[in-house]
Amino acid sequence: MRQYILRRLLIALPSLLGISFVLFAVLALAPGDPFSDLATNPNVPPEVGLALRAKFGLDDPLYLRYVHWLVAMLHGDWGFSFVSRINVDTLILQRLPTTLYVIGSAQLLALLIAIPVGVQAATRPYSIFDQVANTLAFIGFSLPTFFTGILFILIFSVKLDWLPLVYSTDINSTGIGWLGEEIRQAIMPVMVLALFQAASLTRFVRSAMLDVIRLDYVTTARAKGLGQRRVILKHVMRNAMIPVVTLIALQMPAVFGGAIVTEQIFRVPGIGSLLISSILSNDTPVVMAVTFVFACLVVLFNLIADVLYGWLDPRISLR
Amino acid sequence: MLDIELRTMIDGVRDGRMDRRAFIQRMVGLGLTVPMATQILAIGGVAMAQSPSPYKPTKRGGGGALKLLWWQGPTLLNPHFATGTKDQDGSRLFYEPLASWDADGNLNPILAAEIPSTQNGGLAADGKSVVWKLKPGIKWHDGKPFTADDVVFTWAYANDPATAAVSIAVYRDVKVEKVGDHTVRILFNSPTPFWANAFVGAYGCIIPQHLFADYKGEKSREAPNNLAPVGTGPYIFAEFKPGDLVHGRINPDYHMPNRPYFDTIEMKGGGDAISAARAVIQTGEYDYAWNMQVEDEVLARLEKGGKGKTVYATGGDIEFIALNNTDPNVEVDGERSSIKTKHPLLSDPAVRKAFALLVDRDAIQKYIYGRAGLTTANYLNGPARFVSKNTNWEFNIEKAIKLLDDAGWKVGSDGIRAKDGKSLKLLYQTSINPPRQKTQAIVKQACQKAGIALELKSVVASVFFSSDVANPDTYSKFYADLEEFQIPMTQPDPALHMKRYISENVATKANKWQGQNFPRWVNKDYDKLIEDAETETDPVKRAGLYIKCNDLLWENTVFVPVLHRLKVGASSNTLKPVISGWANDTDNIQDWYRET
Repeated sequence: MRQYILRRLLIALPSLLGISFVLFAVLALAPGDPFSDLATNPNVPPEVGLALRAKFGLDDPLYLRYVHWLVAMLHGDWGFSFVSRINVDTLILQRLPTTLYVIGSAQLLALLIAIPVGVQAATRPYSIFDQVANTLAFIGFSLPTFFTGILFILIFSVKLDWLPLVYSTDINSTGIGWLGEEIRQAIMPVMVLALFQAASLTRFVRSAMLDVIRLDYVTTARAKGLGQRRVILKHVMRNAMIPVVTLIALQMPAVFGGAIVTEQIFRVPGIGSLLISSILSNDTPVVMAVTFVFACLVVLFNLIADVLYGWLDPRISLR
Repeated sequence: MLDIELRTMIDGVRDGRMDRRAFIQRMVGLGLTVPMATQILAIGGVAMAQSPSPYKPTKRGGGGALKLLWWQGPTLLNPHFATGTKDQDGSRLFYEPLASWDADGNLNPILAAEIPSTQNGGLAADGKSVVWKLKPGIKWHDGKPFTADDVVFTWAYANDPATAAVSIAVYRDVKVEKVGDHTVRILFNSPTPFWANAFVGAYGCIIPQHLFADYKGEKSREAPNNLAPVGTGPYIFAEFKPGDLVHGRINPDYHMPNRPYFDTIEMKGGGDAISAARAVIQTGEYDYAWNMQVEDEVLARLEKGGKGKTVYATGGDIEFIALNNTDPNVEVDGERSSIKTKHPLLSDPAVRKAFALLVDRDAIQKYIYGRAGLTTANYLNGPARFVSKNTNWEFNIEKAIKLLDDAGWKVGSDGIRAKDGKSLKLLYQTSINPPRQKTQAIVKQACQKAGIALELKSVVASVFFSSDVANPDTYSKFYADLEEFQIPMTQPDPALHMKRYISENVATKANKWQGQNFPRWVNKDYDKLIEDAETETDPVKRAGLYIKCNDLLWENTVFVPVLHRLKVGASSNTLKPVISGWANDTDNIQDWYRET
């Protein structure tokens, strides 16, 4: 087992190196310039933009810039943002709590909806409950988040005036009031994300359950006279959840990566909105750091998923 | 003639025979007014009146929270690193300049005790120096006194190329010296008619010497106060999250009486313009939102029964279509649109004039920009004193057809005109922005009727406006026949705005396309006019020179002005914001209050 993990980690190194190079090259080839704001301002002479480019090393050849970045990264120096001239790690750490709170609760809520509904639907396939759940699930994942987001805003903020339209990280009250406000403003973004996630997860849980529920050992368990509840929870679910756990583990990096569209709509100051604004302003160090950390998390959680898989199903051996 | 009349009037004001206000009104009648009219008086020896501020609150504070929504949040808070308006707006909450431009385009003293004039000895007769007197007794937020040393230091800081300040251009060609503890003198190399550039407005913010002295030059990025501003402004810095939030609280020792009105200030960033308009006008969650790049129709719909309204400020921003003077399709020495070529179609003045007749500015104003734009024939639209009355425009398809017919452009079998085997097909590019795409469609339709085929192209804004040398789609490379965008006028003086188009500024491969003369227009008369205007200290003659420059641009159809654009903000119905078309939205933040 330990040997397996060690080997996987060693294999991950070259692939991460490859990922970082591809990311860097794509960013360098992409058009745009972090100082384009200066170009149309008649107060700023063009030399200022050129001097800034030279100072931040943007005029060096690609390979040199990559090596500089890599060496600094290995020393734990993530560089600084061209746009705000702040260290990238500070910038990311500032955004992380909000991202974890909003995206994390959305994922959790999605699971809390998907597992009971999926299990219930699979226990009685083609019943009314199953039909309704299926229909809702289809609607759920065919509506994109930018649509449901705006729909929610129009209904709950503009028409009913129940929930705030703008997500604020600066709430004035303390204690219970603060907590209430914090929950109130997160309701819409969390719901939008959770409903989308829950829709596809429900379908997945349902089909995983159906695969298992028809197996002989389930019939045997029922023949022994075990109650429906015990059969479903102890015998069926445990095995059906193996692929679901893998899927969830693979989705974990997304919790850290943020949700670009939803964050933009509700002005949630998470990693996703940091990433999109950095991409739009060609802030290479920030984009590199966010995408590279994301790549590392994907590799890491892939490994965790594999280990978990072996632990849940001892027939799978890890060599 | 005008010259003599004006001089008599200025003398009248100086001797008290004529009221200041009457003078300004006369100027309005003559088409010579607002911000620069006051500068005429200043140079003519009359002190600038401090504009009567309608500020009503009678005590400091007690106004609760002021919530601002900037759909692009500030990413840094050092005014001398501020690349975009958003950063300047954010820094301005804490830092202050010596004076700001108020809504009418007058100078409004902030850290200065008075506005320099020839009368109070502030302006030298030769136009080569200005003396600013500072208000005594002002303290930085950390309690240290504010003195002339801070002003001199700010100049030295921004002036140092190693600091990499974006405001370097303002301070590069001036010298600043300390005269007394609260007096500084700015020295110019040559007579400078527009003296109110250094230490005024966004790039004029003064930074404290005691906190930045160790971080001048190479180490400028490491200053801890880049993220935690300590200024003299109405609000004290509390919290900053780049791109997301700027938070400040009231400065109890602020140097202006009864100001500021609000107890805390919050500037939230992120999102898009439409939802920002919604949050201010429709739901009332925020008090003010900036830069409402939203169709007028949408705004008008939100305003119906809403909690807020749109507010406008007139400056000199111009949206235009530029006509290429060089050939974008021929490569000379590895460069297209080279200055060594001539445009095969647009070098015919008839084609240029016909095209100008085919841009339906009325329809564009009425159906696209609404209240946010004014139709104009001029490239230079403000201040009023510099606006030409000699120009005109019309939308007339028949006249365009006749012009082209007379010039020998015959309609071919495909409906497109041609002459000497050259068919009248033009490529028209702009950045991706819905109003611009609609403008393109309106122009294309009219051109089609006159037998000109337009091919439309839209480029992502971040590419179009980038200075990336490797990219062929930037506005400065101009690999198209026509291009449309907007150039903002950042101060109430046309010097920088008009200097772009002198011959030596032509964008070429040699200057990495950094030359600002992107239409690649070369005209000796224009060069001469600009050269003369730069050293002309007589304000009336100087205005005349810039009007001639504008008229030259118009006669040669270098540009087809589309609209004179106004600055649009969204404000709650109770808020009384003070915004100026000549300054940043937050440039007079100390005067904002709420009427309940």
